[in-house]
Amino acid sequence: MLEPEAGLTTQPISTNGGPRIGVYVCHCGLNIAGKVDIEAVVEFASTLPDVAVARDYKFMCSDPGQELIEKDLREGLVNRVVVASCSPLMHEATFRRATAEGGQSPFYFQMASIREHVSWVTADGAEATEKAKALVAGAVRRVALHEYLEPRRADVRPDVMVVGGGIAGIHAALTMADAGKHVYLVEREPTIGGHMAKFDKTFPTLDCSACILTPKMSAVRSNPNITLWTYSDVVGVEGFTGDFTVRVRHRPRYVKADLCTGCLECIEKCIHKQGKFDDEWNEGLSKRKPIYIPFPQATPAVVVVDPETCIWFKTGKCPQTCIEACERDAFDFEQTETFDEVKVGAMVLATGFKTFDAAKMPEYGYGLYPNVYTSLEVERLLNAAGPTSGEVELRDGSKPKVVGIIHCVGSRDAKHHLWCSKVCCMYSLKLAHMVKERTGAEVYNFYIDMRTPGKGYEEFYDKILKEGVHMVRGRVAGVTDEAASPEEEDHLVIRAEDTLIGSVRRIPVDMVILAVGIEPQPDAQDVRRLFNISCGGEGFFTERHPKLAPVSTFTDGVFLAGACQGPKDIPDTVAQAGAAAAEVLAMVDRGFVMLEANTAHIEDEVCSGCKTCVGLCPFSAISFNEERKKAYVNEVVCKGCGVCVGACPSGAAQQHLFTDAEIFSEIEGVLAYV
Amino acid sequence: MSTQRYVYYPGCSATGVGRGFTESLDAVFEHLGTGLDELEDWNCCGATAWPSVDEDQAFALSARNLALAEDRAPDDGPVDVLASCTGCYRALLKAEHVLNEAGPKAEKIGGALEAIGLDYEGRTRVRHPIDILLNEIGLDRIREAVVRPLTGLKVACYYGCLLVRPFATFDDQHNPTSMDRLVAAVGAEPIDWPLKTRCCGGSCYCGGPVIGAMPEATMQLSYALLREATKRGADMIATICPLCQFNLEGFQGRMSKRFGRPLDVPSVFVSQILGIAMGIDEKRLGIQRLLRWQLPDREPVPAEGGVHARA
Amino acid sequence: MSEQAREDTFEPRIVAFFCNWCTYTAADLAGISRMQYAPNVRVIRLMCSGRVDPQFVLAAFRNGADGVLIGGCHPGDCHYQEGNYNALRRIELLKQTLVGFGIEEDRLRLEWISASEGDRVQKVCNEMTERIRALGPLRLTTPSRVEAGAPGPAHELVEQVTS
Repeated sequence: MLEPEAGLTTQPISTNGGPRIGVYVCHCGLNIAGKVDIEAVVEFASTLPDVAVARDYKFMCSDPGQELIEKDLREGLVNRVVVASCSPLMHEATFRRATAEGGQSPFYFQMASIREHVSWVTADGAEATEKAKALVAGAVRRVALHEYLEPRRADVRPDVMVVGGGIAGIHAALTMADAGKHVYLVEREPTIGGHMAKFDKTFPTLDCSACILTPKMSAVRSNPNITLWTYSDVVGVEGFTGDFTVRVRHRPRYVKADLCTGCLECIEKCIHKQGKFDDEWNEGLSKRKPIYIPFPQATPAVVVVDPETCIWFKTGKCPQTCIEACERDAFDFEQTETFDEVKVGAMVLATGFKTFDAAKMPEYGYGLYPNVYTSLEVERLLNAAGPTSGEVELRDGSKPKVVGIIHCVGSRDAKHHLWCSKVCCMYSLKLAHMVKERTGAEVYNFYIDMRTPGKGYEEFYDKILKEGVHMVRGRVAGVTDEAASPEEEDHLVIRAEDTLIGSVRRIPVDMVILAVGIEPQPDAQDVRRLFNISCGGEGFFTERHPKLAPVSTFTDGVFLAGACQGPKDIPDTVAQAGAAAAEVLAMVDRGFVMLEANTAHIEDEVCSGCKTCVGLCPFSAISFNEERKKAYVNEVVCKGCGVCVGACPSGAAQQHLFTDAEIFSEIEGVLAYV
Repeated sequence: MSTQRYVYYPGCSATGVGRGFTESLDAVFEHLGTGLDELEDWNCCGATAWPSVDEDQAFALSARNLALAEDRAPDDGPVDVLASCTGCYRALLKAEHVLNEAGPKAEKIGGALEAIGLDYEGRTRVRHPIDILLNEIGLDRIREAVVRPLTGLKVACYYGCLLVRPFATFDDQHNPTSMDRLVAAVGAEPIDWPLKTRCCGGSCYCGGPVIGAMPEATMQLSYALLREATKRGADMIATICPLCQFNLEGFQGRMSKRFGRPLDVPSVFVSQILGIAMGIDEKRLGIQRLLRWQLPDREPVPAEGGVHARA
Repeated sequence: MSEQAREDTFEPRIVAFFCNWCTYTAADLAGISRMQYAPNVRVIRLMCSGRVDPQFVLAAFRNGADGVLIGGCHPGDCHYQEGNYNALRRIELLKQTLVGFGIEEDRLRLEWISASEGDRVQKVCNEMTERIRALGPLRLTTPSRVEAGAPGPAHELVEQVTS
């Protein structure tokens, strides 16, 4: 879709004298040749009408393969090309380019998928060969009717947007801003920083998370090219590649952001003497007041008033000591939601993840026994700015003497999530180290496999082993407060089979930490509909190709970065964010995108003015001329779905590359010969 | 309120160790205006033993009961088939699932039924009596029927394995509460304890920790349950399975000796508790078949265990 | 192949119209995952299920297809917002019309298959192949496929009406 300009000709090779079709059948190594009888297909293709040349080659997509096509075109042997190989979603662009290189308009090309749709899915070789022949015949009959089309382009707007202000969004935004682009960074929470801002230390280096993150957050704040919109979210996206119009909603803080200096006097002076409401930032482990700032280094350093809990909003009766306390007169309780509409050329989605809800596994006791914690809760305990100022304490304030860490909670589990969340083994080892360091407790890690694949990760595991952390290889059956022996009294007991010694163990602990897995955000489906991309079966956003295109999506101009695309650790997140930024920059700097060639158009003479098509177009690309009583398609806005074409009773509406004649021909082709 | 009568599959233990369960269920259902009708000419369901030998044959055994139930039903609608022993409940329910899944197994079993002139239409719904008490008859009706609220009676509701595994059709798999709610409805106090669904060793025993296949294992498992229940102040253990009830009741003397902790706690059927609260005669509830039966004779609830008077 | 031989080893021929964004991608996924399924379905790629003109379906049957399968995105997920709703309306109407021609309803099938549902492509292709096999060949008269003198179901209907 995004093709470079070079190689595209505007003068097609003449097709006077009728179509001369070249059919090229790919072996794809053994991927196709191992199942389909290539020779038979080539032989068959050569008997089809208008086929001038039928060849086969081991890897059509390679340079020599493409050269075969280009040579035949240059020498005038063929003027239309059919390649029978993999999926057009894979290589249509490649072969269109080759066609263009050979001097013919790239749209005189059609592909037959005999790999994904034939050799890879058909058990019997003879049946596979017959099916391949049918699909090749369809492609040959169709391409004979292809018409000349000019490749068109549209300009890409220079500004870009990043949705999500965690480490992925921050890194992508900084990279693009440093390249001189204007970046809108939209974050739903009152502060950027995401999950990383909640951690104490990061593996494997045990760097202080805030120390490495806050300079980047600060850089975002002070970068003149970044417009930072926090406590905001995207509510509407219109337009298309290179020209998106995005509507952003800003929620009211009831504080004027440009006046607030973050002195926090208002919080101190709030009529509530102490926090009363669950502090979301601290995972509910502490209480906050209705007026709050998520954490001391929040960016921007502006307080938020929560209308759900503030007395003023609930009853209208409050001395509003906060207003009094503010020397900058920054309060404005009349604030309402505001909206902004901006036009951008490309967007990066970096909306992050949520952790698995451990309450879904009652056998582990979360919510039933007070001293069962999730890993994120323990991160807050360990954090010096957290609810216990960095002390690891039980609910009653005492220090644990024995701690059990359970891996794979919610992950690698047929009842919850099948996937491995990738980061939990490492963070569980990290927590083991930190808990031991802070409390001197005995620590037991219960794991299924130890997954430490990154740089320095295995070495980190070694280090933890040497520190005397006990490792039990076995999936934990349950956490109970049943005491089967005197040693177990007043403890929580973790029951697991220690598969390395082949026996079931009961280990009494004071504290249980559940290594909860990573899952998609709860509103991932809503978000992906907003941006017109898709989610995989598990709910993470779908990348264009899992190996070769991990940051782009099937919607050109929308890119992905970070855990919203799949579980990953911080180094991979930052790498992906950089990659997404690079692809955005490539698009924006080139300045244009190639448009869909398959737009619709309406043949004036045939149009009867019935207006059936006008209301059908979801993009309002069709207008009606009342005087002439004819409908017109605006081909710049048209996205090429073909709905109007399918509906037009007179056949006046036609779709380039998918004309009725072409499709009828393809239908005949797949049925007439085999 | 339900006035329908229910098809009842008693299972083998109903005439043996589980007789008290059937008697008390029968009495309670009658008292509440409905009733249980024993399925005529029922056969053994294969319990947990036969599926280990030949699963298809075991399904066929259960399937005959289901087909008979359909055959005898007064109309063409769905037929509730109640099984009180959870071993039978699981066997019948599993067979019902397999038959309804339409595959080679279902065809094979269908063939076996055909050979004896029966056929299965898929109209049965295998259910447990406490599912009916809770969800069809309802707690309101039960509360209304109470004449002697069992205030002060602390009950450890023991569900065992098979009521909620592998199928949890009417209660939560990890933390079931159906029995707790029934017991609470008659004024007693269900205790909160972590071993509600922990195995009692019933399946390995077929005769208890003395005669059974793995006596030591069974003893440990059952002992753990009794220990934990009594530690948390239970006056009585309520069960819904004849094997569980027997396992927990029958060997407390040996366990006391083996583990050095005195045990003397009644292990009864939940329907017997409900029946007593409704004022039904003890003999009708099969109370005399229990090895021990003690109701605390005090009101209100004392702070710690006191002397239990014989009822 | 003679009519008799074709009936003895009847392999249904099904033409499928898959939308580019969802169903075609799902079929690719089925391929990548090496899911094996019946080879009787021949896929024609369109950008949207909403592009499917009822005439395509008729042309397929007329050219010898025994069944037609249309695959689109789930309602609410159409890449072009609403195209699949148009497909739904058209195909439902078309089915009723086809029944009037003597073409059984099961020969035309509309399925919503999202890009991640490769397994559904496998399942639907297998199911439909078996269903069509059970229904038998359609045998609408076409010059190249059917021997002269063998009437199709439409012919019988005409006979009934006029006699």
